Amino acid sequence: MRRALAACAVLAFFLGPLAWQALTSLWPEPELTRPLPHSLTFASYAGLGGTFARAVLNSLIVAAGTTALCLAAGASAAFAIAKLDLPGKRVLLGGALAISMFPPIATVSPLYLALRAAGLRDTLAGLVLPYATFALPLTLWLLTSFFRGLPDELYRAARVDGCTPWQAFVHVFLPLSWPALATSAILVFIFSWNELLYALTFISTPSRRTIPVAIALFAGEHVEPWGQIAAASMVATLPLAALTLLFQRRIVSGLTAGAVKE
Amino acid sequence: MTARSQAAALAAPAVAILGGVAVAPVLAAAWLSLHRSILVFHEQRFAGLDNYRFLVADGRFWSALGTTAYFTAVAVAAELVLGLPVAVLLQRGGGLLRAAVLLPWAVPTAVSARMWAWLFNADYGLLHRILPAVDWLGSPRIALHAAILVDVWKTTPFVALLLLAGLQAIPEEVLQAARVDGARPARVFFSIALPLLRPAILLALLFRSLDAFRVFDAIYVLTEGGPANATETLSIYAYKTLMRSGDFGYGSALSVATFACVVALGLVWLRVLGRRP
Repeated sequence: MRRALAACAVLAFFLGPLAWQALTSLWPEPELTRPLPHSLTFASYAGLGGTFARAVLNSLIVAAGTTALCLAAGASAAFAIAKLDLPGKRVLLGGALAISMFPPIATVSPLYLALRAAGLRDTLAGLVLPYATFALPLTLWLLTSFFRGLPDELYRAARVDGCTPWQAFVHVFLPLSWPALATSAILVFIFSWNELLYALTFISTPSRRTIPVAIALFAGEHVEPWGQIAAASMVATLPLAALTLLFQRRIVSGLTAGAVKE
Repeated sequence: MTARSQAAALAAPAVAILGGVAVAPVLAAAWLSLHRSILVFHEQRFAGLDNYRFLVADGRFWSALGTTAYFTAVAVAAELVLGLPVAVLLQRGGGLLRAAVLLPWAVPTAVSARMWAWLFNADYGLLHRILPAVDWLGSPRIALHAAILVDVWKTTPFVALLLLAGLQAIPEEVLQAARVDGARPARVFFSIALPLLRPAILLALLFRSLDAFRVFDAIYVLTEGGPANATETLSIYAYKTLMRSGDFGYGSALSVATFACVVALGLVWLRVLGRRP
């Protein structure tokens, strides 16, 4: 009984604000001054229009690009750390962990100048590389701990059969590692989807904004369009809610990996 | 190619990316901070430690540092105090409860801040209707606490999950033995489980305090550092100096100072973590 009450309180605190936002998104805009709506409508969603649809597409592109880049670079490096005689592997892992703790503001000014010089400022491609600062360390740690869990005999057997280290990685280890790749991909996708500071700083053209920037800068002509902001929030949250419900176990194990063992 | 150089080749792309987007920019920021550099005037000249001399005497910097430290301390403490009971609850609860609690963590911070801004809204917000006397975002004394509430809502799930992983690592026999010896549930929890949870708690403190110290998103969306700079943290101040004033020299000095604080905080936690209980 007491446990049920506690569970209800926890759910109310964590889900209540989201439920209220969902209700607001269906609330007719002129009725927002009332305590509760008389009727519900999808008008706020219909009013979002093409600019926000662009933001959704932009976020998808950046998150997918970051995920692809970090898995490609991270998987091979993690394999080298876990199974090969790589000099300085501890420094690399420790350095990656330290980098993931960097405050993004510490790198924003030189990255801005570098992206501008390379003609990548205000482009979606110009966001993918900076996003590697938080996404690549995560991938590296998750995949290294996964590869370490696979038996060393597997690598030796592949070598005895005539594989080069590269071939052992591609033909033997990579096909086995899809669960860890999936976990890394989900987490990197979520973190990239949510990033604000770099996107806010490097993107200036409204049609190239990602979702967090679009929502942060969402403004009406005269009053704050709370109904539309709520609708946009729901659209931004829905893919993440789906990922969370479907892959809850994976996300939890990825987030807490290492926390138990260390 | 030898096996060793193949290993190096496999790791090279990751090393190059991390070096290029993280290590080099931090060094470049330190170099920029030694310059007077105003972007729109195309002005850049070496200025030695001028920016740091200005920083030491800059009241706004010290105020932002204080705000950041206060935000970090209060938010992380609240997340730990709330996260522990939530973790205990999750240990018995099913997957659905876990997924529901995980949801705020997955919502983009910018989105959750906008959501709370509507709840805080001084005309029609739900919290304002419930507590009309509280001006959540308009009062300098309360606004920072409103931002802390948003952070607590969003990151307590992460803390709870870390603590849950720690709880699950405690062998059931240990708790069972205490119960057989007649210890009451509260006593089992505080005398046996909590000390065994120490590593998980310290790890949560490490991750969360370093993360809270770089807070930007929630405050930028809620108040942009206002009212009257009451919620201006180091990241917000540095951002405004860089992007609004276009002062890349002093803005970089502020960034470097933020970075130094995070490194110092991290080193302190590592020392605490390294010490055996």
